[in-house]
Amino acid sequence: MKSRIKHWTLGIAGIFCCWSALGADAAVRIGSKNFTESIVLAEMLRLDAQRHGLGIEHRRAMGGSAILWKALLEGGIDAYPEYTGTLRRELLSDLPQNAGQAELAEALRKRGIGIGAPLGFDDSYALGVSQELASRLQLHALSDLRAHAELRFGLSNEFMNRGDGWPGLIAAYGYAPDSVKAMDHGLAYRALASGAVDVIDLYTTDAEIRNYRIVVLDDDRHYFPSYQAVWLYRLDAAQRTPLLEASLQDLAGGVSLQAMQQMNAAVMLDKRGESEVAGDFLGMRGSVQDSEGLWQRLWRHTLEHLRLVGISLGAALLLGLPIGIVAARLQRLGQVILAATAVLQTIPSLAMFVFLIPLLGIGAKPAIAALFLYSLLPIVRNTLSGLASIPAPLRESAASLGLPYRVQLLRIELPLAARTIIGGVGTAAVIDVGTATLGALIGAGGYGEPILTGIRLGSVPVILEGAVPAALLALLVLAFFEGIERLLTPRGLRLPARQ
Amino acid sequence: MVPIQFSVENVSKRYGTGTALKDVSLRFEAGTATALIGTSGSGKSTLLRMLIGLDWPDSGQVLVDNKPLLPAERLLLRRRVGYVTQDGGLFPHLSARDNLALLPRYLGWDASRIDARAGELARQMQLPEETLRRFPGELSGGQRQRVAVMRALMTDPDALLLDEPLGALDPVVRFDLQEQLRQVFATIACTVVLVTHDIAEAAFLATRLVLLRHGEVVQDGTPQDFFSRPADKFVRRFVSARRELPQAQPR
Repeated sequence: MKSRIKHWTLGIAGIFCCWSALGADAAVRIGSKNFTESIVLAEMLRLDAQRHGLGIEHRRAMGGSAILWKALLEGGIDAYPEYTGTLRRELLSDLPQNAGQAELAEALRKRGIGIGAPLGFDDSYALGVSQELASRLQLHALSDLRAHAELRFGLSNEFMNRGDGWPGLIAAYGYAPDSVKAMDHGLAYRALASGAVDVIDLYTTDAEIRNYRIVVLDDDRHYFPSYQAVWLYRLDAAQRTPLLEASLQDLAGGVSLQAMQQMNAAVMLDKRGESEVAGDFLGMRGSVQDSEGLWQRLWRHTLEHLRLVGISLGAALLLGLPIGIVAARLQRLGQVILAATAVLQTIPSLAMFVFLIPLLGIGAKPAIAALFLYSLLPIVRNTLSGLASIPAPLRESAASLGLPYRVQLLRIELPLAARTIIGGVGTAAVIDVGTATLGALIGAGGYGEPILTGIRLGSVPVILEGAVPAALLALLVLAFFEGIERLLTPRGLRLPARQ
Repeated sequence: MVPIQFSVENVSKRYGTGTALKDVSLRFEAGTATALIGTSGSGKSTLLRMLIGLDWPDSGQVLVDNKPLLPAERLLLRRRVGYVTQDGGLFPHLSARDNLALLPRYLGWDASRIDARAGELARQMQLPEETLRRFPGELSGGQRQRVAVMRALMTDPDALLLDEPLGALDPVVRFDLQEQLRQVFATIACTVVLVTHDIAEAAFLATRLVLLRHGEVVQDGTPQDFFSRPADKFVRRFVSARRELPQAQPR
C-alpha cells in the first residue's frame, strides 16, 4: 500500500518537473505570424543574432496578429515583426487616425514595447483578380469592383475580421457583393486560379502575384494605410540583452520590396527553406543549415507530439481518476462534475488556446493545458460509469467484509471497473493525438507544424509529413491501450460466465 | 472468540410505499442458531441486513451485545461477522483463494497462515484444495457457495449471517450442502442467523424458527412448535405447503 502511494507521488512530481522544464528555454524568444514573410523576417533576426553570438529561439508561425501581440505584451515572446498599418488600425485602435510616428512609439512605450526603424518595404493589403477577369471586365482600381456585385470574394479570415480590412473597405468603396467567403490565405490563390472565387485579398509582397498572373487593383481612394514592416520588441528584453537591440538595428532599412518579394518567391515557389533564404540575404550563403533531414524532423515532431499528449494525459489521469471516484461516491456532486467536464469539451480548441494564452503564454504549456482539459471528460466519465456499473450484490458483498473504503476501492472496485476506465483513458489519448496537431497554431510544435507549413506553402507532401504520422500515432495509441486493457483486465473477468 | 448477541427493539422500515418491517423486537442469544423464515417480501432479509448495518431502521434500534449499533462501529462489527448471500458475492476478478484472503490479508495474516486456514476449511466443506486456484467463473454453483461459506468462516467469526445461502442451488447439491452447513454449525460456537423460505431446511439447520409476514413476527418457537402448534392459519399453510408424491396408480 505504501509503495503504491509513493509511486503516485513520484508521478505527480515527475509531471511538475516536465512542466517547469518547458519554461526553461533560450534566453530570447521571438515569434512569427503564420505566413512566409513573417517567418523569413524572424529567421533573419535569429541568424543575425547568431552571428553576434546571441542564441534566439524562434517560434514559427504562431498565429495571426492578435496572438502575437498578446504574446508580446505578456512576455511569451520578446519580439516579432509587425506592420505599422496593423498597429494603427488594429492593435492600437484607440490612437487618433492622424497620429504620427512619435505618438505611435509613445503609445507602445507605455505598454513596455519598443518599435524598431522601418525595415525598408511596405507590405500593404490589396485586392487582386485574375488577368483574364481584369481585361474582360476592365478592372483597374478598387472602385471598379462596385459595379460588379456578382463577383465572388474569397478573403482570408484575418482580413475579414480586422478593422483595417474588409469592414472598413466595404464602407470606403460602397461594396455590396453577393458572395463573400472566408478562407485560409494560403488556399485563396489556388481558389482564384481554379475559378472558385473571383477576388482575393493579398499582400503586395506576395510571391504568388507574379506566379498566378494576378492583377493588383489600384487603391484609388487610398483606403489601405501604409504597412511598413517594423520589429516590435519588449523594452525589458532589449535592456537585458543589448545584443538583441544591436541585431534589430542591423536589419533596419535593408530590406527592399523587391528583395522581400524575391525571398517570398524563393520559399513559396522554389520550395526553399525560410532559414536558407534569410541566410542568403544576410550573405551567410551555405553556412545555414535550414532543415534537419526528413527523419530528424519527423523524430523531433514525434517527440514534441508525444510530450504534448503524454504530459496532458498523465495529468488528466492523475486528476480525473480521483474525481471520477469522488463522483461515483457522491452522486449529486458527480452529476455536477460530469456536467462541468462536458462543458469544457464543447469549447472549440482554438478558442481554448486563446483563453489559455493570457494565463500560460504561448508554446507547449497552453496546448498541454487545453489537451489536459479535453482529456478529463472521458476519464472522469468512464471512471464514474465503471464504478457505478458494479452490480449491487457485489458492492454489498464488499461492504459486508468490513474492509475500509480505501481497501475496498483498490482491491475490489477499481479492478472491477478497470476495463471501462482504461477504455476512457484510451479515448482521451486518441482525442489528444488529434487535437494536439492544433497546438502548432500557438507554437507548441508537434505534427501540426508540418501540417500548417504545408497549408501555407500549398505543399501536399509537407501536409502529409504531419498528417500521416499523426494518423499512425492515433492507431498506435489505440492498439497500445487495447493491449493495456487486455493486460490489466483481471483474468477472472475475461472468463465466459459459467452457469 | 465471544459469540455475539444481537437484538432489535421496535424496529420499523419502509421502502417507498411498501413496509419491510413493522415494530419488530427480537433477541438472538449468543451461540444459538435461529432461522428467519417467511414468504418473499416478509422483511426477513432486511432484518438480517440490519444486524450488521447494511440497512438502518427508520425507527427503533439494533443492539449488539446490549449496546446500540453506531455507524462508526460498523466496520469493526463486520470483521467479526461472516456474511453469505444467495449468489455467494464472490468477486469475479479474484481467484477463490484470493477471495478467501481478502480480509485475513488486511488483518495482517501471512500467506502460510491463510493457506493453512483455507485448506482446513476446504476439507471441512469437502472442496478439493486445487479448486481454490480457480476463478468464481470457473466454479459450479455449489462450489461457489462452499467458497462463500469458507470466506465467511476464514477469520473465525463471532457470528454467521446467511441470506438464503442455498436458494439458487439444484436440489441434490442443496441437500449435500445442508448437511455440511449443519456440521459447520455444530462445530463452531458462534451465533448463527439464517434466512430461508424453506421450513424443512430451517428446521434442519436451526433450533429456533421465527416466521415473518408483511414485516411482522407471526410465530417464534422451536421447529416442533411450528408443526404441532401453528399460531394461525397462515403458519399452518406455510408449514404444510409441500407436495406429497402422487400415489402409484393400480394397474
